[in-house]
Amino acid sequence: MGARAILSFLLKRIALSIVTLFLLSIMVFLGGQVLPGNVGRAILGPLADQRAVDALNHSLGLDRPLLVQYWDWISHFVQGDMGTSYIFRAPVAPFVIDALGNSMKLALVAFIMVVPLGILGGIIAALNVNRPIDRIISLGGLSATVLPEFVTGIIFILLFGVWLNWLPIAAVWPPGSGVFTQIYYLILPALPLFLVLFGYIARMARSGMIEALDADYTRTAVLKGLPWHTVIWRHVLRNALLPTITVIATQTGYLIGGLVVVETLFRYQGIGSLIFTAARGKDFPVLEAGILTIGIIYAVATLIADLLYSVLNPRIRLGTDQ
Amino acid sequence: MTATDIKQPDLPAPPIKHSPAMEVVAALGRSGSFITGLVIVVFWVLCALFGEYFTPHDPLADDIINALMPPSADNWFGTDQLGRDVFSRVIVGSRDILTVAPLATLLATIAGTTLGLFTGYFRGLVDDVISRILEAFMAIPVVIVALLAIVALGTSKTTVIIVIGLSFAPIIARTVRSAVLSERELDYVAAAQLRRESALHTMFVEILPNVIPPILVETTVRLGYAIFAVATLSFMGFGIQPPSPDWGLSISSNYGMIGGGFWWTVLFDAFAIASLVIGVNLVADGVQGALND
Repeated sequence: MGARAILSFLLKRIALSIVTLFLLSIMVFLGGQVLPGNVGRAILGPLADQRAVDALNHSLGLDRPLLVQYWDWISHFVQGDMGTSYIFRAPVAPFVIDALGNSMKLALVAFIMVVPLGILGGIIAALNVNRPIDRIISLGGLSATVLPEFVTGIIFILLFGVWLNWLPIAAVWPPGSGVFTQIYYLILPALPLFLVLFGYIARMARSGMIEALDADYTRTAVLKGLPWHTVIWRHVLRNALLPTITVIATQTGYLIGGLVVVETLFRYQGIGSLIFTAARGKDFPVLEAGILTIGIIYAVATLIADLLYSVLNPRIRLGTDQ
Repeated sequence: MTATDIKQPDLPAPPIKHSPAMEVVAALGRSGSFITGLVIVVFWVLCALFGEYFTPHDPLADDIINALMPPSADNWFGTDQLGRDVFSRVIVGSRDILTVAPLATLLATIAGTTLGLFTGYFRGLVDDVISRILEAFMAIPVVIVALLAIVALGTSKTTVIIVIGLSFAPIIARTVRSAVLSERELDYVAAAQLRRESALHTMFVEILPNVIPPILVETTVRLGYAIFAVATLSFMGFGIQPPSPDWGLSISSNYGMIGGGFWWTVLFDAFAIASLVIGVNLVADGVQGALND
């Protein structure tokens, strides 16, 4: 019974993600190829000869019907062909893949820092509800979450990069650097992302923990005479971490939004700065590919979050059966 | 509230409350975070409105000879790379963001409330189709949606307002929709339908007044995010344009020299944005607490 329920939930959920991605691709297509109006004119500028503009539009395939253009773009995209950059006159895919790899390094450093500390912060807050330490963690986390990344980034650069001189202010390491040097260069850019994520993760861990501490099974475990650390470790923590896992997966989307800013600020060659550079140069194929790639990552991350949650939480697992 | 109370005489009498609006105001007055936030926000609004009369220097006047001077008695926050007085620029720097962000939030609230009322009231196919489209919208971060749209349309204050307003509308629509879903099961809606009132009348005259509290909370929370988004877009060069003394824009044009130790060109602007964002979020926190009691 359980397995079938999970399977049908899985299929429904995947179908939903595909619909979402399809709609997203239409929006990206409209944004990149319809809204800008005359792309040839936009590239060549207002003084260019009309024949040159027409010729460029023709060579870019922009004079074909919209439906044909969309199909051409999306069918190539799913096969890994993301088109040709207007600016670099080269295939887009290698740029996106390289940038994505760099962004993942940065995201990984941020996650490795924030996940254990965020959960720890939430647990400490929950075990000290309404005491000063809880107030500091909760309020501090909340304030950090609402601040734009470039604001906290600037303050961190000044503090750790310029005044204390502990960390490099640009995430550009010498060629051939080893893993540890790369991590060293990525700590400062990861800090603003850390701040945004810390608040969310700590808050979820805190409320999950408080709920679990309050639950009947915890009462039972305590009344059974189990030692306190066993109660916390085996009963409370396992249940408290459930919502936290979901938050970590869904935060991937916000993380990518933050990457655009952080990578620009620290001159790091990731997907965020790729999108930023493409936006600056009106390089629509790169812009579209970058945004759709982010959409796919986000869709996959939320899918995994939902699945993890349903697998780990028996209440949801049974709920889908009805 | 009273109008709908009269229309549902068969319901058990609601717990007696003396003017709910007054109670909310009183709760806000007791909320420390609301008062603190309000003081910060009002300070910046006053600076935006009247700051130009109090600035010691012209915030837009170049003075290249005195460029990049550290804080002194004459220039309290130093001067930027064009020799402009940073203190004067920070004081009036809230003007554009305090116009663009609230207008974007207003647009988001109007569009989101309308969408939420329609999807929550009609449900079925209308709901399914619109909800899927909104979900796709929410599948990528707002800053990136805004980036794509602004690049496509060309940047201006109006574009930023429209783009951020429309990107936030789905989130407000989701909140309103779930409020409407539970509201439409109540008897007063059935009564309105029996009186053969039009769907539009039922949605906007009967249901809307009863879902105002969640809309109010969502709007104040969104205002914080709108300020976040506008500041971020300005920092990236796609929001407010020069020569505005806008904080995000100032950081964007000065942070390149940060390695040279010219901290005063960016730090005060950074603190200004931080204080405004935290102020608005404290207000939102207070509103949320007062309306949920």
